[in-house]
Amino acid sequence: MTNNRFAKMMTGYTGKALISLLVVILLGIIFNADGAFFKLGTHRDALRQLSVYGILACGMTLVIVTGGIDLSVGSILAVSSVCFSLFSIHYDMAPALAIILCILIGTALGSVSGTLVAGLKLQPFIATLAMMTFARGFAKYITGGQKISTYLTDADGNVIIKELPQIFQFIDSRIFGGNLTIVSVIFLFCFLIAWVLLARHKWGRELIAIGGNEESARLSGIPVVLSKFAAYAFSGAMCAIAGICQAAQETQGDPEAGASYELTAIAMVVIGGTSLAGGRGGMGLTFLGILIIGYLEKILSINAVPESGRLMITGFIIILAVLMQRKAD
Amino acid sequence: MRGIDMRFGAVTVLQDVDFTIYPGEVHLLAGENGAGKSTLIKILGGIYKPTAGEITLDGTVIAPTSPLEANALGISVIHQELSLIPQMTVMENLGLGRYNTRWGFLSPKSMEDEAIRVLQSLSIDVSPYDDVQDIALSQQQLIEIGKATSINSRVIVMDEPSSALSERDAEILFSLIEKLKKSGCGIVYITHRMEEIQRLADRITVLRDGNLVSSGPASDYDARRLVKHMVGRELGDHYERSATQLGDEVLKLKDFSLSKRDGTRLFSQINLSLRAGEILGIGGLQGSGASALLAATFGAYGERPQGQVLLHGEEYRHLNPKRSTQKGLGFVTNDRKADGLVLPMSITHNITLASLKNYSKWGFPIQVKEDEAAMSSQQELSIRAASLDMPVQGLSGGNQQKVVLAKWMRIAPKVILMDEPTRGVDIGAKWEIYALLDALVAQGVGIILITSELSELMALSDRIAVMHRGEMVQEFRPSQYNPESILAAAMGQSNSESLTNMENHSQSKQPSAKERM
Repeated sequence: MTNNRFAKMMTGYTGKALISLLVVILLGIIFNADGAFFKLGTHRDALRQLSVYGILACGMTLVIVTGGIDLSVGSILAVSSVCFSLFSIHYDMAPALAIILCILIGTALGSVSGTLVAGLKLQPFIATLAMMTFARGFAKYITGGQKISTYLTDADGNVIIKELPQIFQFIDSRIFGGNLTIVSVIFLFCFLIAWVLLARHKWGRELIAIGGNEESARLSGIPVVLSKFAAYAFSGAMCAIAGICQAAQETQGDPEAGASYELTAIAMVVIGGTSLAGGRGGMGLTFLGILIIGYLEKILSINAVPESGRLMITGFIIILAVLMQRKAD
Repeated sequence: MRGIDMRFGAVTVLQDVDFTIYPGEVHLLAGENGAGKSTLIKILGGIYKPTAGEITLDGTVIAPTSPLEANALGISVIHQELSLIPQMTVMENLGLGRYNTRWGFLSPKSMEDEAIRVLQSLSIDVSPYDDVQDIALSQQQLIEIGKATSINSRVIVMDEPSSALSERDAEILFSLIEKLKKSGCGIVYITHRMEEIQRLADRITVLRDGNLVSSGPASDYDARRLVKHMVGRELGDHYERSATQLGDEVLKLKDFSLSKRDGTRLFSQINLSLRAGEILGIGGLQGSGASALLAATFGAYGERPQGQVLLHGEEYRHLNPKRSTQKGLGFVTNDRKADGLVLPMSITHNITLASLKNYSKWGFPIQVKEDEAAMSSQQELSIRAASLDMPVQGLSGGNQQKVVLAKWMRIAPKVILMDEPTRGVDIGAKWEIYALLDALVAQGVGIILITSELSELMALSDRIAVMHRGEMVQEFRPSQYNPESILAAAMGQSNSESLTNMENHSQSKQPSAKERM
């Protein structure tokens, strides 16, 4: 049975996504930028750079599996990032409290999207587009449009330089002899939670059933409204965590942070093979998708491909990967 | 139409059917559901190409290959499902597909003139600028009819045009039909309502199982003869139910009513009672409200229905599917692909979908337990599948239906509501499903069954209640089973004989009979 399942996995979407990943790695080996690709540091950096996107993709997968979409992830990330900086740097709040508050704020914003989609039956695209706009405005409102950094001006117009809170340094620090950043650990932890929920928990099954056929799911006694609502709330929580990591990496809270991150996160999920129509997909596929996009970016950057070229090639690869996935049907 | 044959794969739907329409007559096409009426008119309307046979119009052979082509030839078909586009205005809908244009640009003035002309001929009070979605369903139906009749057709086919119409709007339709007849138009009319047949038909053709069984002037047919032709088949080879012991009352509906959001009623004042181990059949034609009754009882309409549902004598309030599932109420919908199964999900996961809690610990489904459950269901129902991990969409219709049944058997059901459990299922699987129903009632489950096949309804039901236009009109005991009278009741034919029957019933101290009428 186990063997059988493994074989089926490899001939299905997982296999296709693995091939895409191997192709990307092969590209890395060919265009290794004078051996830079074979250095451990490159891979550590790749993992560090894809972590924030990866955390967003975790929440995004749970939403997309229901046949929905969450466009607000980049903006909620920005809200969380400025809130975390504000709480930690300006208010000298305890790290644990600041983190919990930020996650609550992210979850609350995600819950609003969830209410709009599940409760009021708005189209996910519209509801989260509105949330994307609102949350971006909210981030700017909190900060007055400024970046929240260790440089601040007091009432008399004097510049004060505060010390960067330790939590910022900790999140961006490295462990295991400098081979793994804490941000990557956080990403792997979020991934594990999302995987357990989607693949092993009743809720995950419900989300997949809703994406496969919402009416059948409802008539089988599944609490469709609650399950869908929770998916958006969960995505909001993931955005908050990603925002905290982003703030730590940039050592500041930028209200402009995370712009267009939603598109990268969606691309990661879709390249893995999770269907935008819902009902098919999983965290394992998303993991492969995250690696594919993450490594592609890294390979292009170590080869000093300019941003213009990088964007064009990424667009091209996304289409190629998705076309290949379609053959699996 | 001469010698029309129609086959889909190995299935013959129509066999050597001749059908003639003369100018200025209403030709009524009668037959049970599945007799081939719709197929015949789809061939006429250019949707299907017949396997054999030919169509001649005014002496020339025609072979329309699309509805548009049929329209151009002077044949228009009004289908049961509305084909208006809800977001567009009445005027735009009337002009759709035959625009008045000048150099490729739409000419609003002439479209408006045309729309006003059509609306006046229908004598309905609607502005050409109203959105179709904002006007009443019956008016939409009239506009659909107006659209078809406004293009000087030679032949107009109407497939149950009155099913969505109120009495008043039906009168408008009938006078429109009179006008069309006078203008020399031939009309093919399909209806399940006896009073319309008697009022409108000039000639009648009866189809049964794809064959033409009888055709002639309407004056040759009375209600009884017509129904006999429609049913006609030998019922000797039907399934034998094994005798079961009836238990206590498990489900009871009291004054149960439901209306659509626009106010049209789906069913009203339904009273019924079901006992453990009983199969209650509900007979009724399309639009009888029987399907909505089952869906509403299950809670698919939430708390909208009025009246009471009692399960084991206890009132079941705040109806919803989740609570129904917990209370042991199952619902086999009439369209397994649309709302019965999650097609891309595996067989196992579909089987455990409604009872996942039983196979979970701390909210985590345990794969081994699920696999065991699915395997025992597979054996019990002999679901034929290469692997239980494959998506359910790869199964045949019969096996898919067994998966639906397996899902509900997994919730430890007390009552299962079944709407067309054998639709689109081959004969072998049908009999397996019959045997399964038999086994279920033997375990004390109560079943309410809707099926459009009369022979099936009679073979399986311990009692048959017949619905017509949202009301329970009559109840039959096995000794009274008779296809003619059931069909007559379903068509709203109130005959004195059946009324006496019912009176006898309420006097014979059968509690359920008393409650019903």
